[in-house]
Amino acid sequence: MTGPASSLRVWVTPRNVVVAAILAFMVLLPVYTSGTGNYFLLTLFTRIVILAIAAVSLNLIMGYGGMVSFGHAVYIGIGGYAVGILAHEGITSGLVQWPLALIVSALTGLIIGALCLRTRGVYFIMITLAFAQMIYFIAVALDRYGADDGLTIYKRSQFGGLLDLANKTVFYYLCVVLLIGTIYLVQRLVNSRFGQVIQGSRANDRRMRALGFPTFRYKLACFVIAGTICGLSGALLANHTDFISPAMMHWTRSGDLIVMVVLGGMASVFGPLIGAVALLVLEELLSGITEYWQIILGPLLLLVVLFARGGIDGILLHWHDHYRAMSGAIGGLMARVRRG
Amino acid sequence: MLLLIEQCLNGLQFGLLLFLLAAGLTLVFGIMDLVNLAHGSLYMVGAFLGATFASLTGSFVLGVLIGLVATWLVGMATEVIALRRLYGRDHLDHVLGTFGLILFFNEAVRLIWGPAGLNLTLPPWLNRSIEILPGVPYSSYRFSIIVVSLLVAAFLYLLVMRTRIGMLIRAGASNREMVAALGINIKLLYTLVFGLGAALAGLAGMMQAAIQSAQIGMGENILIVAFVVIIIGGIGSIRGAFVASILVGLIDTVGRSYLPDMLKLVLSQSAASTAGPALSSMLTYLLMAIVLIWRPEGLFPAGNK
Repeated sequence: MTGPASSLRVWVTPRNVVVAAILAFMVLLPVYTSGTGNYFLLTLFTRIVILAIAAVSLNLIMGYGGMVSFGHAVYIGIGGYAVGILAHEGITSGLVQWPLALIVSALTGLIIGALCLRTRGVYFIMITLAFAQMIYFIAVALDRYGADDGLTIYKRSQFGGLLDLANKTVFYYLCVVLLIGTIYLVQRLVNSRFGQVIQGSRANDRRMRALGFPTFRYKLACFVIAGTICGLSGALLANHTDFISPAMMHWTRSGDLIVMVVLGGMASVFGPLIGAVALLVLEELLSGITEYWQIILGPLLLLVVLFARGGIDGILLHWHDHYRAMSGAIGGLMARVRRG
Repeated sequence: MLLLIEQCLNGLQFGLLLFLLAAGLTLVFGIMDLVNLAHGSLYMVGAFLGATFASLTGSFVLGVLIGLVATWLVGMATEVIALRRLYGRDHLDHVLGTFGLILFFNEAVRLIWGPAGLNLTLPPWLNRSIEILPGVPYSSYRFSIIVVSLLVAAFLYLLVMRTRIGMLIRAGASNREMVAALGINIKLLYTLVFGLGAALAGLAGMMQAAIQSAQIGMGENILIVAFVVIIIGGIGSIRGAFVASILVGLIDTVGRSYLPDMLKLVLSQSAASTAGPALSSMLTYLLMAIVLIWRPEGLFPAGNK
């Protein structure tokens, strides 16, 4: 085959089909909800899209940079608290709230990153977790802003007459646009010279330094960018739930983000999106089956770690190999059965 | 003055409790190179098992002893069924896999014992005040925690440094293949070591349960503090874990009781009462940050365990 047909053949891979299906579903979802008046799915998917932004940002440092941060949810909390605290103090303009949320997230990322990036490997995992826990406890100690119980936000961020965030559909589309923008940004970033240095440093940090790259600065910049993006998702989440509480940045949320990235597929731009959809939809389905749904989810995660290392994206990408291996195995089994 | 002594003893007690957790964590990391987030779950499982057996047998000591054996078995079963497959894998895989185990354990405990906590009642001889120094009364239970933990620490030291099995453990930590080649069943050794760490965590859980009752998720916050301890002490070093856990225990306990008052000297009343709790919960992490800046590998870097 030649011409357009063969190039079409190249593009129609299981992975691209799934990504396209998810994107099409996300874009068309409000049409369905406004038709049926069933807003449950829209609320669920707003949450999925917001957490997917956080997962995409985590993937930037974890998947591409090899920096396994176990405290990434802390920026969700900081972005959320920036919005919530300002709203509580009477400043409801999104043009003040959101930039501030990003700036504070960036500064936090700078401080945490500067300390944590002095270490690597398992130290890095534990230290990011510890600092996130520290900020969690600071939020718990904030009596003025609800301490443990959290704070209700009575007015979503105001953008003049430009955007009405109280409108569910408008808010949902804003989140989708920001998610696609984030994915595009990360895609551009990892393919830039900067991104190549980051990926080089994941593969062999010492060699990159020997080549003359000050990898610490590169990694720190990457860490700060990821934190800032994640702060944006925190600002969105606070607006979505009209509520902030320390639970936004509980360490299990950081764990969830890691699960999304690994489940979807590390170092793949769409992986975290697939992972976020998979995890949160799975949670929703399992909690419909039993109250004790985590007893199923936990071992499932273990199985993913043991047997599906590239995540869902990896399975889709290597569909043919998997298919061949599986049919080979089944064929062998059948032959053995036939032989008795 | 009396209060200061009491707070120092409380700090020491909390520190030693942390040591029991951190020792297992650092042992498992140092020898198997495994990051075990589910260590806190074993702490919780130990607390529930201890409380259950204590109420079944009607004896605190018997309950704790049976609970210890049971936690040891649960730990070994966990290792054989799940964690064994994670050895030699990426640390990220450990984090994810054991995160899954935490979800499993929390839910399993909720399924078996229900969402409410479980109390571990103390016998009268432990639930009173004794005079440990002339004029210094102290809770006999907290004092017995200190004594038991110190005994366990001494036992660990002797086990690792002075016995044949300890020699195998140290050898296994430095070269797994070589030990296996010399005909030692390294798999069994790993399982036993993991069980030992689980039993230590379970012991800590049981001792805490008598103070605060056994609760779902009780192991998670203290696990993160135990992480801080082994980061400060140097991952893989039991000696470092010991020093760091006492340091963290003292700073945390004494800081929480005195920092708000000290802030009142410099800040206004209202500012101090706002900043006090926030700042005192930050103290341990600030200590960790300082140690990291000063010595990124911890106080006692592994290698000279």
